[in-house]
Amino acid sequence: MTSTTPLQDSVTIEAGHSPAGEGHGDFRLFGLATFLVADGMTFAGFFAAYLTFRAVNPLPEGGIYELELLLPTINTVVLIISSFTFHRAGKECRAGQLGASRLWLAITGGLGAIFLAGQMVEYFNLPFSLTDNLFASTFYALTGFHGLHVTLGVICIAIVALQTRQGGRISASDHFGLEAAELYWHFVDGIWVVLYGILYLL
Amino acid sequence: MTLANPSDFDGNLQPQGWLRYFSFSLDHKVIGLQYLVCGFIFYLIGGALAGVIRTELISPISDFVSRETYNEVLTLHGTVMIFLWIVPVVNGAFGNYLIPFYVGARDMAFPRLNAVAFWLIPPAGILLISSYFIAGAAAQSGWTAYPPLSLTTPAAGQVVWILSVLLLGGSSIFGGINFIATILKLRRPGLKLMMLPMYCWAMLGTSVLVVLSTPVLAGTLILLSFDIIAHTGFFNPTMGGNVVVYQHLFWFYSHPAVYIMVLPAFGLVSEILPIHARKPLFGYTTMVYSIMAIVFLGLIVWAHHMFTSGTPPWMRLFFTIATSFIAVPTGIKFFNWLATLWGGKIALNSAMLFSCAFIVNFVFGGITGVALAQVPFDIHVHDTYFVVGHFHYIVYGGTVFVIFGSLYHWYPKFTGRLLNEDLGRLHFLLTFVGFNLCFAPQHWLGLNGMPRRVAEYDPAFTTLNQVSSVGALLMAISTLPLLINVVVTAINGKEAGDNPWNALTSEWLTSSPPPVENWHGEAPLVTEPYGYGQHQETKA
Repeated sequence: MTSTTPLQDSVTIEAGHSPAGEGHGDFRLFGLATFLVADGMTFAGFFAAYLTFRAVNPLPEGGIYELELLLPTINTVVLIISSFTFHRAGKECRAGQLGASRLWLAITGGLGAIFLAGQMVEYFNLPFSLTDNLFASTFYALTGFHGLHVTLGVICIAIVALQTRQGGRISASDHFGLEAAELYWHFVDGIWVVLYGILYLL
Repeated sequence: MTLANPSDFDGNLQPQGWLRYFSFSLDHKVIGLQYLVCGFIFYLIGGALAGVIRTELISPISDFVSRETYNEVLTLHGTVMIFLWIVPVVNGAFGNYLIPFYVGARDMAFPRLNAVAFWLIPPAGILLISSYFIAGAAAQSGWTAYPPLSLTTPAAGQVVWILSVLLLGGSSIFGGINFIATILKLRRPGLKLMMLPMYCWAMLGTSVLVVLSTPVLAGTLILLSFDIIAHTGFFNPTMGGNVVVYQHLFWFYSHPAVYIMVLPAFGLVSEILPIHARKPLFGYTTMVYSIMAIVFLGLIVWAHHMFTSGTPPWMRLFFTIATSFIAVPTGIKFFNWLATLWGGKIALNSAMLFSCAFIVNFVFGGITGVALAQVPFDIHVHDTYFVVGHFHYIVYGGTVFVIFGSLYHWYPKFTGRLLNEDLGRLHFLLTFVGFNLCFAPQHWLGLNGMPRRVAEYDPAFTTLNQVSSVGALLMAISTLPLLINVVVTAINGKEAGDNPWNALTSEWLTSSPPPVENWHGEAPLVTEPYGYGQHQETKA
């Protein structure tokens, strides 16, 4: 009953061949994509709740839907640019330019931090607080939940950037961590665009 | 509890070692059995809670427990049975054990994620049950946790309940991702999708439902916890909130949850029937497409739980029609099972008895389900014991019967020993009689207007309630032969050999219990898992 070969882990599968010689590609990104579908459904539930509230539940006297547009629009642009800078970081990494990749990662992480700072400034200047009315609650829940994702993304970018240093886990041939962080970052950006549309423009 | 890293799996850890089952093992077979045993412990706890409910309902007044305790008990019963017994066992236990065999792999796609998914369950379960012992603080709003009820009952217990369900939902999502990746990406070369055993298809469909619907429940419960902790008003009508939105989001998960519980059971029964009837599974292709149809339709029928929630007529019409349509793919599966049995050389052993009883119970629960989809009828019986009867015919008469049948069927694979057939038949008899005695009368009670979730009722309902409670007692007793059987045969049961049922599916084409890496050499390519009574096309 004893076996002489090591049990497969996703890492050994990624390395190419399993002990019995059945080759499988790297499906960790596939797994992450499946998770992001699930994560996206959480947002979909929030969006559905928000849109229904907005359609059915009238705001109390003095409640407002109108929001200051300038700061969130700048934030949106910042986040969209960060998607491109991350893409550039991935390209540099695949080309073996780990130094350049790290620079672009730092820029991406910086843009993410600017976004979070911008959101913080917006929170402090809003005329309503979490429990004021249904719109206020939904606004903070949606942007807060998204902000949590951005925070996690910035942390991931910092880790990935550290891993691109000499002797780190990421190299030109093995860069799953970077690709995973990139996929996640694009997802978070995409969610923000929808969120910006229904929360600020609608 | 030791943290194992992959290099520990060089054969030093024996699958027979008891400690493995208490470790962070990455072996899918160990994890599967961890799910199974953990789930069964929670089944005993949930069953004891059901015992409290049925004891209370012997008399029309609340004399055994107080009304508040009754509410706590029924909330815990529902939550434990759904989230800690049926979902983990019918998905996690059998899925983890069988799917890697069926796809010809040595483990799941993400073994570490798999272990994390399992180890979320015991803390979540302990958390949930411990909330009962905080005096007056266990959740009391049922497994549905509808606001505003869940906002007015003791907050501490409700928040613990939410936390527990979030952990279990996370476990479920991680499991679902793993199953999807394993079935789609980890198949042995040459194994095409349409060669997979039906349980793979069932688990693929189930996992799609898990990934699409469970996050919505998680998000909803997060909003609910905001309402309780931070005093926001999402679902609080006094603060301009909307309770119906909660119901929509809740049922967007919880209706698919019924299929998350029953689709894997469909799959398991499709494995058991052909083997013990010695016939190919009838209508393989239609079975596959009906699973897909059930997955699709299952996602767009949730509001049939809300016909009395001020749902507008056009919405009622849509959801009635969509729900009725589910009877079509389900009916296809039902007739396919019958056709599989038809003219077969049936071995009426315990596994087969439970599987056949599943067909009987499930068709009854299915018919009452179609009835409940009709608005006029639903409005009459909404929130009565008719719904309780219907639901238990699906999840107990359907899924739990299949879990028991699967236990008799795969126990030789788990342990290398056969379960005792006499005790198995006794277990079946007590379960079948007890189950029907317990839940059939509830349909009459519901039609006559007995509301559910109440500790006190009109004395006119006493006799039928007592009949139901006798049935519950039989079900409780039925657990004894099963427990004795498992313990006794584990010690000195009949040696099963590698393939006691002469089965063709790939989990039987290795030793029992299987080696750590599942196969002694290459994984076999099973192109016709149901080729019984024909030429055998199994290449090793």
